[in-house]
Amino acid sequence: MVPVNLLFAATTLTYLVASLLYLTAMIGKREEAGRLGRWVLLLGIVLHAAVFAVRHSMVEGTPVTSLHESLSFFAWCLVLLFLLLDLRFRLSVMGAFAAPSALCLMIFSALSPDVVVPLSPVLRTWLFPVHISFAFLGNAAFALAFGAGVMYLIQDRMLKSKRFNRIYRMLPSIDVLDRVNYTCLSVGFPFMTLGIISGAVWANMAWGSYWSWDPKETWALITWFLYAGLLHGRLTSGWRGRRAAFFSIVAFMFLLFTFLGVSLFFDGYHTFEAFSMP
Amino acid sequence: MNIVVVGLSHKTAPVEIREKVAFEPDAIAASLEDLHALSAVSEAMIVSTCNRVELYAATTDPQQACTELKRYMAQSHGISADVLYEHLYSYACQEAVRHVLRVTSSLDSMVVGEPQILGQMKTAYGYACEHKSAGLVLNRFMHKAFSVAKRVRTETAIANSAVSISYAAVELARKIFDSLESKTVMLVGAGEMCELAAKHFVRCGVSKVLVTNRTFSRAEKLAETFGGVAVNFANFREQLHRVDILLSSTGSPDYVLHAADLKAACKLRRYQPMFLIDIAVPRDIDPAANKIDSIYLYDVDDLQGVVQANLKERQKEAIKAEQIIDEEVERFHDWLSNLTVRPTIVALRKQLEEVRQKELQKTLSNLGTLNEHQRKALDAMSSAIVNKILHHPTRLLKQLDCDDDKLRYLDAVQVLFDLSLQAPSDDAEKLPEN
Repeated sequence: MVPVNLLFAATTLTYLVASLLYLTAMIGKREEAGRLGRWVLLLGIVLHAAVFAVRHSMVEGTPVTSLHESLSFFAWCLVLLFLLLDLRFRLSVMGAFAAPSALCLMIFSALSPDVVVPLSPVLRTWLFPVHISFAFLGNAAFALAFGAGVMYLIQDRMLKSKRFNRIYRMLPSIDVLDRVNYTCLSVGFPFMTLGIISGAVWANMAWGSYWSWDPKETWALITWFLYAGLLHGRLTSGWRGRRAAFFSIVAFMFLLFTFLGVSLFFDGYHTFEAFSMP
Repeated sequence: MNIVVVGLSHKTAPVEIREKVAFEPDAIAASLEDLHALSAVSEAMIVSTCNRVELYAATTDPQQACTELKRYMAQSHGISADVLYEHLYSYACQEAVRHVLRVTSSLDSMVVGEPQILGQMKTAYGYACEHKSAGLVLNRFMHKAFSVAKRVRTETAIANSAVSISYAAVELARKIFDSLESKTVMLVGAGEMCELAAKHFVRCGVSKVLVTNRTFSRAEKLAETFGGVAVNFANFREQLHRVDILLSSTGSPDYVLHAADLKAACKLRRYQPMFLIDIAVPRDIDPAANKIDSIYLYDVDDLQGVVQANLKERQKEAIKAEQIIDEEVERFHDWLSNLTVRPTIVALRKQLEEVRQKELQKTLSNLGTLNEHQRKALDAMSSAIVNKILHHPTRLLKQLDCDDDKLRYLDAVQVLFDLSLQAPSDDAEKLPEN
């Protein structure tokens, strides 16, 4: 069997290659590089899935418990959702955001201690993979919305201040960036909601209570409300463009804190396993 | 054989001179015949556009050909040589090849990268073909020029950006709305520039055109040309929320649209972006409108800024294009300079000698032990075969005296035997031969 480290390294390498290809596509205006990048990412995601398959057999359960594994799983979800988004929008600039982001996550993942811990009994349930899949797919979708939002603000700035530089040429129309932002939000929100619900159900099964104001729960709820407000604004009050982009960036900051900050700084159910080891 | 160019362009001659030396399409046939008859000119072609008049020739005596072409240019248009010569440039050999490749690739144009010149060159070449003044060299040369122009166009972004104000508006619209289909354009007032921009928008797929004017009948007339709808000037503001792109150029001394009008419209259209183009001077739209979130307001100077930025971008791309031209000049020059008898025969002999040696060695090693005498006999026999085969072609090539025939045969030999000094691989698109 191929050692898991080798698979991990190969995955990281494909993300690196894809990043370079997408950046070439964006900066050098070479669409064919973007097309190639798509295939490289597809290869990467398959290799990455193999990493999890191997780890799964090692711990005999869902292998997403340490920070190392969480970051890596986040990267996988990000690439998966980008590839799905790409089916509809075909924007290599989004690739130039998604692929390097995935690469960074892989690098941070590689830098975090990789300890294979046998799963504690509470994690040995079918709800665990369901819960984390929803949660991470939501995170990934919101990350993409964040990327589109940042690009929107930049391009909006260029158009308003009438600067026709390289960046203006590289970025697509604000209209399409706004649509990408909206699509990602409307995909991410149901995922996040299901993530929270499945977590509550699981909590009830494990501890007999749906909600116990664990720090992660509290912050997730705050983030959820932010995104709910944003989507509501978009749907009913015609929020779009700059305001929506800005809001999705702020909400993503909260989400990042919920994902990383809470697990690192607070105690609770969601503390990464590797850190709670003596 | 060499290429020479004699001519003048917008860079060297004012329009008063250019219009005097221009060749009318009707006169080109006769002029081509005259040129072809010049003693130093073996092939000729005339390019005559509003920005340049150039004579191309293939010749064995570049200096003489240049003199003859210059003289012809002055004589045929009845201009004194003193006046004309100071505006004329002439290039020979490699410099001439480079010049023509640059012209065809639109690097020498007034607006670098503009696409018309390629079509004009094709027309000019068409005349030369039709009147049989272009032979092997110019044929190969012009096909080369066309394929280089295509290469420049695809490998650089030289022609990718708008360099006129009306196109710049369309280009900007594409950075705001992804697709212009299903968008609505409104024209306020009827400036010429406005109309032109509106035409570009319609061509790019805009689905609906609204026209308003203080004089309603003029609005109606203009609306008709676009298949649009005329709107009463008194209440066109009520339609604003339906408009995605607004082009304004009224003669009004005051603002026609105030920020408050637009703010209201924005709310009604649920903050979908609006692109406002104010071509009027004095301006029609309150500049403060640009501060509204979903409004992008551009005046004439802003559009001029887009054009300037794009021109700068084209200059950058032109540098890349020059590198392509350098390569291609080299390749074409190699082909041309090898199109003489001696190098061709030398290369042909070398080629066949290589084949002979290879086959001889193979045979010798297959036959096993042979004595010196037998070896020599085989060597002599194969040598004799090659010489016998080459005897007639060599003599023929040396004896040909008609230039045109000679070039044709030399080229054929080089292609048939795949001689390494042969023509640059020519991927020129097939052109209609007239």
